[in-house]
Amino acid sequence: MPSVVANQPKPLEMKYRQGLLRKLFGAKAYKAAPYMFISPFFILFFIFGLFPMLFSIYLSFHAWDPVDGLGAMEWIGWENYTFALTDEWFHTSIYNTFWIAFASGIPQHVLAIPLAYFIHSSLTKMRNSVVGVYFVPYITSSVAIALVFTSLFSRDFGVINLVLTSIGNFSIGEFQPLAWLFPTENVDWQRPEYTKPMISFVVFWRYVGWNTVLYLAAMQTIPKDLYEAATIDGARRLQQFWYITLPMLKPMMFLAVTLTIIGNLQLFEEPFIITGGTGGLEQAGKTAAMHMYITAFTESDFGTASAISWILFMVIAGLTWINTKLLGSKD
Amino acid sequence: MHNKLSKSHITAYICIAFGAVIMLAPFYFMFVYATHDNSSILSVPPPMFFGDALAENFAILIERLPYFWHNLGLSFFVAIAVTIANLLLCSMAGYAFAIFEFRFKEVLFAMVMATLMLPPFLGMIPTTMIMSAIGWMNDPKALIIPAACGAMGIFLMRQYISSAIPRELVEAARMDGCSEFGIYWRVIVPLITPAVGTLGLITFIGSWNNFMQPLVVMNDMKMFTIPLALRALQGTGQVPWGAISAGAAIAVLPLLILFIITSRQLIAGLTAGAVKG
Repeated sequence: MPSVVANQPKPLEMKYRQGLLRKLFGAKAYKAAPYMFISPFFILFFIFGLFPMLFSIYLSFHAWDPVDGLGAMEWIGWENYTFALTDEWFHTSIYNTFWIAFASGIPQHVLAIPLAYFIHSSLTKMRNSVVGVYFVPYITSSVAIALVFTSLFSRDFGVINLVLTSIGNFSIGEFQPLAWLFPTENVDWQRPEYTKPMISFVVFWRYVGWNTVLYLAAMQTIPKDLYEAATIDGARRLQQFWYITLPMLKPMMFLAVTLTIIGNLQLFEEPFIITGGTGGLEQAGKTAAMHMYITAFTESDFGTASAISWILFMVIAGLTWINTKLLGSKD
Repeated sequence: MHNKLSKSHITAYICIAFGAVIMLAPFYFMFVYATHDNSSILSVPPPMFFGDALAENFAILIERLPYFWHNLGLSFFVAIAVTIANLLLCSMAGYAFAIFEFRFKEVLFAMVMATLMLPPFLGMIPTTMIMSAIGWMNDPKALIIPAACGAMGIFLMRQYISSAIPRELVEAARMDGCSEFGIYWRVIVPLITPAVGTLGLITFIGSWNNFMQPLVVMNDMKMFTIPLALRALQGTGQVPWGAISAGAAIAVLPLLILFIITSRQLIAGLTAGAVKG
């Protein structure tokens, strides 16, 4: 073989020999190689991804308690689905999920876009540190962070209450100018009406930097001459933001909002830790994914839990589809 | 006009600084509380600066979680194993999708990308059943093998290889008589180190923070990973806030160090995955 290379054949000859060589020595290796290289993914996916999912569809049409062994499965048709859909706790969990999804999701985007714009247009030296500071919550363990927040939110010794009440009690003489907006006494965050806001805040805190980075990446692709032309035409910065940046960001908004929807509807870890795995008082912090987990692993009802997981999947798929229709179609 | 502009600038700077404080405060208090005993954390006002009870908190932590160091070691072991497996298998698959032409390539790649859309909770219940059927409950294999080749890794590798490695290079190696695996190992792998770094970081962090999978397959305290171990502190009796903070600090510290060293590369890699995926 080395002699073939050493002979330095002319292009046409080389093409011929190359083909010949492949047929003689490497034909099968060349053809089989890509399949070999991608096979680990597909083998793992079939065993630990696809098969479990198909099994979960099968399971969702059966009544089954894992304690009784696999033989005890009983076909019950759509009963798990109708049960899940009429279950009051499921309704509560869906309501909670959407509540938290909006309360944490909307502020993320409303703040991330101006923040990204300011970082993009005004920061140079500080830029990486600022981005890093806002991004760091995203990479840290949500369990560890949720635990830390649980202590920060505690009623009598929590730092959050300390800050809020000291603003609320701020006074000029007898007059307390901020008392209408901020609490003057410690808030009991354990009460059910505060559970969802608390979870939403933690989720917001964790993902606002992630969205900022996404928008920042999109702003870097906006051509500079658009801004230059606008400056020549006398457009001020706010106008430039409104008429250039925002419209150009539309594809990224679509992507980022889709990611937020998908992520927020499967919210599990933050509410799980903050409510101690129970869903909180009056189930106020129980999300749909948590409801599924509790149905399966606390109540040992694997059939209903599988049905819940598929209903939730359909909800997410449906919303993603609507989002694509609403925001994505015009591009 | 000019004055007005700088005034709005100052306001923006103040807002950004304020936001940065909110972003960092939980970390700060985590480290501060890790050095205070419970009575000092529960006093009013709570401590704002570092104390001297770190050793005491670790003692409580070990008392409550006798296997804490084992848990920490297990977390490292699982995260490193998952990372190595992903680097190897994803770069192979990414290489195949980037350079080769083969039948069903487009369909197969679309399948890889479609798996990214599947929410993890969907497999939670049946995966548990499979793991218990094959006897992998409380076995690190249950956390490593299913996570050994992620779709996101394949995508990132394919992107990098198709933009950084010319096909001619592969052709030339092939003509020189290099075996197909030899081409991958001796030509491709040395050229993809930047992508290896990025994917390695992303995978390590994801595995280290993973909570859902260990939650359903690990129920023996000895086999808990760090997030599970921390969660176990929550339950009964008086909550040992100092010990929890110390544990949380241990769980977060490796990531903070990694992030400080590599933040630019990491952020770029994560956004590339989301934007193009």
